Amino acid sequence: MKLQGRTIYKGQVQGQALVTHMGISFFGGVDPETGVIVEKGHELEGQSVQGKVLVFPTGKGSTVGSYTLYRLKKSGAAPVGIINAECETITAVGCIIAEIPCIDHIPIEQIHSGAWLEIDGGDGYVKIHPFKSQ
Amino acid sequence: MKLTNEQQAMLDGKHGKATRKAMEILAALGTIYAAERMLPVTSAQIAGVSYENLGEAGLEFLSEMAENGGKARVLTTLNPAGMDIENWQALGISPDFAENQTRVLSAFAAMGIITTCTCTPYLSGNLPHFGEHIAWAESSAVCFANSIIGARTNREGGPSALAAALTGFTPGYGMHLDPERQPVVTVQVKARLADGGSGPRTHLFGALGRVIGEKLAASGLRPVPFIQGIEQASLEELKSFCASVATYGGTALFHMEGVTPESTSAAVPSAIIQITQPDLEAAIQALNDGTSAEVDFVSLGCPHLSLAEIDRLASLLEGKQVVKEFWITTSRPNKQVADRMGYTQVIEASGAKFAVDTCCVVAPIKGRFHTLATDSAKACYYAYAKNKFKTVFMPFDQVVEEALGRSAT
Repeated sequence: MKLQGRTIYKGQVQGQALVTHMGISFFGGVDPETGVIVEKGHELEGQSVQGKVLVFPTGKGSTVGSYTLYRLKKSGAAPVGIINAECETITAVGCIIAEIPCIDHIPIEQIHSGAWLEIDGGDGYVKIHPFKSQ
Repeated sequence: MKLTNEQQAMLDGKHGKATRKAMEILAALGTIYAAERMLPVTSAQIAGVSYENLGEAGLEFLSEMAENGGKARVLTTLNPAGMDIENWQALGISPDFAENQTRVLSAFAAMGIITTCTCTPYLSGNLPHFGEHIAWAESSAVCFANSIIGARTNREGGPSALAAALTGFTPGYGMHLDPERQPVVTVQVKARLADGGSGPRTHLFGALGRVIGEKLAASGLRPVPFIQGIEQASLEELKSFCASVATYGGTALFHMEGVTPESTSAAVPSAIIQITQPDLEAAIQALNDGTSAEVDFVSLGCPHLSLAEIDRLASLLEGKQVVKEFWITTSRPNKQVADRMGYTQVIEASGAKFAVDTCCVVAPIKGRFHTLATDSAKACYYAYAKNKFKTVFMPFDQVVEEALGRSAT
């Protein structure tokens, strides 16, 4: 299945989906060294975003969160790609400075954790392979 | 969105890597917020300066932008840093932190950014005029620039304000457009902005900002109010109000009848929110969860003190000794005038400390104090949110009395 969205930051990547229907605050919510989600009560608390295609509705929290994405990239703990329902400033800026392909305007309820995703950031689409793995 | 040849060249990397990255940020924001074009800006003001907030990640990014040749194309100043650049040792800042903070400031300086670190750029040489497009990040200064001056800026983040500085452009959406600047709700202030004292009413305007901000946030309306019922307001009172209404309501712009320039041309909205005396009193009460006996930290200067406030403070402290840790936060240019006028000598002779270039919101002071006394509603919010301090909220003059150990409460 292919879902067409909107380009936020270019680049082609593949990875396993890690999906949440809760917003993500990168600053304070994600450990910048390990990529583990540490926000109390978050449905992904304890899971790592490292190497995943992170799928969430929209970003929230402090604008410093953009720098957290940059730090994650430098630590090798960043997601390989990001898919949002509606991207906002923090995530968009973070993806650009960290050079993480990102698209939005995707009906994220159609994506499930574990699926294999191919993102084309430049053309703004994602291909979903439900059962394919690495 | 449509880019000019010059903007496209920036995006294509013809002006270097840093300018390209900056234009990528602006173009993405333009896409997200459906801007039709980029607008030239005449001024930028960058937040995310304190190493406390930036961390190593932010510092690395700024260093990379500087190394990649980023240069400011318009007048650009900075938000407060995490320490007094000249006097950090006296304020108990660690040498490690000072070194990292210095690296942050060096990166900004290398990009041609003026390292005046203040939340009141409009009092320190970064003063746009009516109708100018600018890109500012400090939320209280954004509110002041849009509302009191009538300049036009969105609430930028650190990187997007830097991107505007390095390109001279910002995407034209939100507060840059006439329709978005129209008020959507009339706020009728029925509360009395007086407490019987003869001193500044900065605290009352801060409490009012909290009430209005919270009511706007709860209403779900776009937070652009048309405020009626304020007969008179000083620069300092407006500065306090802007900080508070931005903190509690996310407000980037308000119109105030008889005070702000665009209030004369705005259509008065039919939706009405009333602010009563009990509303104001409840806000004051909500800002007080500590007691005078618990206060171990006293501060004035959120937003940074004006010259008039420093003058008043000097006369209140003259010949007296403070008994509590008392920080006076202001900008370097104001401090230099205070030096010349003899205010600094009087203030420091009392035992109070200047904390220039910084403020209590961004300095690394978590765990050092327990309860803060202040006249700033914004400072109360961050004292708790960032540092878990209790707060005692009182008038400007009474804050000084608190530091002197002579508070009536």
